Amino acid sequence: MNQFNTNNLLWEEIIPGGNHWSGLIRRGTALRISDMEGGANLSALFYNPENKLERYNMPDTLKAQHTAFLTTGNVCYSDMGRVMCSIINDKVGWHDTICGITDAGMIEAKYGKATFQTHRNAMHRNGKDGLLVELAKYGLSKRDLVANVNFFSKVIPDEAGSLSFVEANSKAGDFVDVRFDMNVLLVLSTAPHPLDSITNYQPAAVKLSAWHIGLAEADDVCRLSCIQNGRGFINTERYYL
Amino acid sequence: MTHLFESNLDPKDAVLSEICNAGDPWMAEVKKGQTFRILDLEGNQAVDTLFYSATDSEERYSAVDTISRQGKLYLTTGSVLYSNEGNPMLTIIADTCGRHDTLGGACASESNTVRYALDKRSMHSCRDSFMHALNHCGCATHRNMSKRDITANINFFMNVPVTSDGRLSFADGISGAGKYVEMRAEMDVVVLISNCPQLNNPCNAYNPTPVQLLVWNA
Repeated sequence: MNQFNTNNLLWEEIIPGGNHWSGLIRRGTALRISDMEGGANLSALFYNPENKLERYNMPDTLKAQHTAFLTTGNVCYSDMGRVMCSIINDKVGWHDTICGITDAGMIEAKYGKATFQTHRNAMHRNGKDGLLVELAKYGLSKRDLVANVNFFSKVIPDEAGSLSFVEANSKAGDFVDVRFDMNVLLVLSTAPHPLDSITNYQPAAVKLSAWHIGLAEADDVCRLSCIQNGRGFINTERYYL
Repeated sequence: MTHLFESNLDPKDAVLSEICNAGDPWMAEVKKGQTFRILDLEGNQAVDTLFYSATDSEERYSAVDTISRQGKLYLTTGSVLYSNEGNPMLTIIADTCGRHDTLGGACASESNTVRYALDKRSMHSCRDSFMHALNHCGCATHRNMSKRDITANINFFMNVPVTSDGRLSFADGISGAGKYVEMRAEMDVVVLISNCPQLNNPCNAYNPTPVQLLVWNA
């Protein structure tokens, strides 16, 4: 496995806060995803570019690993029982999977109106419309928009299931390293988390740093973190034989 | 503390009353204002359920909207079931079970290979039932629905607690024979159910059983 090193970067790109991004990330590539300012939220969806009906599945990811959040050792499952990507290194400790995204109405109700006409590119953007714009570039639409991962955000339940947003879960410079175990169409939004308790619209920028990491080895932290993941990696490996 | 709320509706007055056998799908339309009840006939039966707007099936039940718009993980009396457009689709108005899951999703051949063993692929699963219903049920075939429309569902009568440290467990059921959940439709909806055939975990007490579906007019 090739560790992250500033000398072996393939490319880097900064996504400003509130914005959206998409791209094809090939199997064996990893992304270091960095919170540039602290308090970032990066909503992410994953699709198989060969068969875009195969997509990240939140319930399958959670129940295979008996967890409601993601951190080192966890993987993201497709709805076809395959490991799409893996969290191999995480400075944050908790990434939300259950709260979804904001839409235009939620952003306006919480932060007020800020349109392109009045604010140019500092306009308020929402997660749903950002993801839909990116999905449309690949012929995908509302029907393909499913429960997403919210990197850098943390929401905890009490015993009755009431949720609380945890502020400052991620600090400026914190990062998570994600290895792509399949070719993945990656779709991202840096709009605020829907339960973010900060009342100013100030979504943080996120940096993507790509490097060639290779495939999961026999002693991989994600492969070995639970017996289910061992089977998930076998399913992924068979797909590429 | 779970609060249970009973209904005053009499099954004799229902305009629809059907049995969905263990492991079978079920699909029907429920009109705005009608009341829809799912009755757990023998106890601890997971009823995997999705809802679609009857006028536009691209508007559908959204687990994450339902969770984040109410700040609550579990469903019970008073919970609103939200669509991906942020619209209330149904409201739970009676519940003698007390807690229903919307994180655990539906079983599928492929996820069974991950969760249990690679050779479990051939066991009957909820996604097979969903696909079968979309291919055959009269209220699906003209809507051009497919796997694209299958998203994170509700598991009525299933107990999937999340601890404050984020662990998710499949706990023994808290339902029992005769328990039910009842909801009022806030729009015309299509209901898609898989009466879960899972034999590998306690969601059905390892013994899938039939449920009854009832509808009352407003």
